[in-house]
Amino acid sequence: MAKTLPAVDVAIVGGGWTGAIIGKELAAANQRVVVLERGEARWPSPDFQGPNVHDELKYTRRHALHQNAASETYTFRNNIDQKALPMRRWQFAYPGTHLGGAGNHWSGAYYRFDPTDFNIRSHYTERYGAKIFDADLTSQDWPMSYDELEPYFDRFDYLIGASGQAGNLKGQKQADGNPFEPWRSRPYPNPPMKVPFAPALFGAAAKGLGYHPYVQPSALATRPYVNSEGLHMSACVYCGFCSNFGCEHFAKASPQVCILPVAMKMENFEIRTGAHVLKVELTEDKKRARGVSYVDAAGEEVFQPAEIVVMCAFSINNVRLLLLSGIGKPFDPVTNTGVVGRNYTHQTTSGVNLFFDEATNINPFMGAGAVAVTMDDFSADNFDHGPHGFVGGGYLQIQVVSGAPIGYHPTPKGTPSWGSEWKKQVKRYYNHSASITITGSAQPTRGTYLSLDPTYKDAWGLPLLRITYDFPDNDIRMSAFLTEKGDEIGRAMKGVVRTEPGPRKKPFTATSYQSTHLTGGTAIGDDPNTSVVNRYGQVWDVPNVFVAGASLFPQNSGYNPTGTVGATAYWIVEKIKADYLRSPGPLVT
Amino acid sequence: MEEKPVQGRRGILKAITLGVPGAWVTGAHAATAPAAAPGAPPSPHAMPMAGPPGDRTLKFFNANEAQAMDAISARLIPADDLGPGAKEAGVTFFMDGQLAGAWGTGDQLYRQGPFEKGTPEQGYQLSFTPAEMIRRGLASLDVATRKQDGKPFAELSAEQQDAWLQKMQAGELDFSPLPSDVFFQALLEGTIEGFFSDPMYGGNVDMVGWKLVGFPGAFASFSNDIERHGVIWAGQPVSIATAKAHNMMDGDSHG
Repeated sequence: MAKTLPAVDVAIVGGGWTGAIIGKELAAANQRVVVLERGEARWPSPDFQGPNVHDELKYTRRHALHQNAASETYTFRNNIDQKALPMRRWQFAYPGTHLGGAGNHWSGAYYRFDPTDFNIRSHYTERYGAKIFDADLTSQDWPMSYDELEPYFDRFDYLIGASGQAGNLKGQKQADGNPFEPWRSRPYPNPPMKVPFAPALFGAAAKGLGYHPYVQPSALATRPYVNSEGLHMSACVYCGFCSNFGCEHFAKASPQVCILPVAMKMENFEIRTGAHVLKVELTEDKKRARGVSYVDAAGEEVFQPAEIVVMCAFSINNVRLLLLSGIGKPFDPVTNTGVVGRNYTHQTTSGVNLFFDEATNINPFMGAGAVAVTMDDFSADNFDHGPHGFVGGGYLQIQVVSGAPIGYHPTPKGTPSWGSEWKKQVKRYYNHSASITITGSAQPTRGTYLSLDPTYKDAWGLPLLRITYDFPDNDIRMSAFLTEKGDEIGRAMKGVVRTEPGPRKKPFTATSYQSTHLTGGTAIGDDPNTSVVNRYGQVWDVPNVFVAGASLFPQNSGYNPTGTVGATAYWIVEKIKADYLRSPGPLVT
Repeated sequence: MEEKPVQGRRGILKAITLGVPGAWVTGAHAATAPAAAPGAPPSPHAMPMAGPPGDRTLKFFNANEAQAMDAISARLIPADDLGPGAKEAGVTFFMDGQLAGAWGTGDQLYRQGPFEKGTPEQGYQLSFTPAEMIRRGLASLDVATRKQDGKPFAELSAEQQDAWLQKMQAGELDFSPLPSDVFFQALLEGTIEGFFSDPMYGGNVDMVGWKLVGFPGAFASFSNDIERHGVIWAGQPVSIATAKAHNMMDGDSHG
């Protein structure tokens, strides 16, 4: 029999970016807030301090900040004719856990989605005709526009101390910025990152070919900064231990650095770690949430009553919790009905491996998660898609993420995988290689969706989330196009002696890392037949449950998700504060 | 085990420790360091944190398994004119520690059944923990080499060992129910991890893996170097055990 705790106003599932933002804002609006975090408390000091945090084995290979696959993983299949099997260890993505979630171990690559990401169906149809969409694509417009979200993007910029050079201030193009950048109301709060050698070489070659390279915006502070919450950040020192690591320097933006110290000073804000949420409990008519059930750190089942429940778990884990709770109608690809789990996508990534002459010393360990030169010439709808016959796009860049050698010891194709020749090639190329990274959009189809697995269970006996996914032909054509462009730039780069383009091919495999950008499944929209939540993140069927995070995306952009995750979290919580608290009930009827 | 310092190598290491100009910049130490003789025990001077090799206690492997692991890792990353290999780097001790610990027991591995073969895209679908797989695989290899060549793997010639490893990698050996290619891949991944991970885990002794490629290890602050394009970093690599600890607090000025 579960223990029942005193009721709170707001129960938030998950202590990452969205939980921290929404929790702090609602606490400031005099709500009694409890954030339920399944992981343990983790703080930059002492948990992420050097030298101990500079440990590739622990953080990258042994997943210290990743969801523990032993207790909860996903099952995977390429299509509905296969039987899904569990991903028994992490390879395809690194879902986060512990306080701060994936907001701790992210890279800090910081973008806003393009305006055409928000009206992809109508925009492409208007410019190219409806036939630009393959028949299998279920891409759909968001319910709100970029212009509506801009103030919230701006707010997140100043929370995280974003660094970059504005390319478009209120419609005015800016020198040295990205000419394709969507308009922004204010400059970045901090100047751009320093530029390592390989990105500089990429930028020179791209410019020479007539493209428009720029320094990638980042969520790593480039100078001492006091953020919008009055919290201090320090300058990034380009340590090269960023992606998969916590930041010791208070330089990489995270919930711990940017919000939680302020929230935790409020008497009506509580974070409860070791609280593993099992489900949202509904009233008998299933029209209202009563609160959430979780297992505490001692293994005891607890019921936490709440007036409002906000789902802020790692993106697709929100989808699983809705399915486990019986909230919303599960998507059925056979009948094409239902919504929960629909329009799941990943990120269509590819790359071009570059090998340099021995005079070109790359120093791959001098970097950071988000230190890059990027170009947007083939992102979004920045180029004429008519001749190419696909929708979407992606950016091309060289970023210097990590030279940690368990994971980074590139050798040209044809090199033996062990022995003296392997060793010789590893030594030859370690300081003389780089990779052009291509981050492409991902379109959903009827066959890309999430559901509960009928066979496999988590450590608490509940069904795992089942991923059914393969790349649509649209994305394969896009990847071929983008990767060819990348190869062209690579061949033009000074010092390059060999390029190895690797366009994305079918089938999707769960055995190679392709970003942790798992999106969709609780699409945001205006139509309850094709969305789970309305334009304010409120569940159509259960209006005192809200959903935040990347599970809202109806499809994935070619830009990294966190900027849009942060902006939509502010968008949602401001509507709750402005209207819902005064008059609880459906915000859209 | 007999302790036999490798004098030439010791001299080079001393030069680096003393900060002789150019020793690191040019990479000359690697080019001139004599190969550790195949089969020679690791230099005690290459194990500052672990004590003499004879004192290192095995927690998982028995003596036969450790010999096999030494022999395998010595072929996967050989000692040669570029410097010490995986055996000299202590990869056997690294593997021993990992397999005896949480990772070896599958603490990060989803182990609920049913176990089915699946498609290549679905990845690893066996029930073995890392510890179970390595123990079973080494036993199978021992049986196979004794049967065909009359000796355990560790006593075969380097050419014979390479031939066995190639067959294992190609999945051509019958170690059922363990596919030999899966076992080989686990050995290779463990060897690379041990060669390149922080020496505090027992491998990468004296940071030989990092020195091979020029990785600075736990040293990690490049604000002043990152825009000096193309200039080889001339500092000394450091391990977590030897790096200076620091403790930043919110609001500390930095960099």
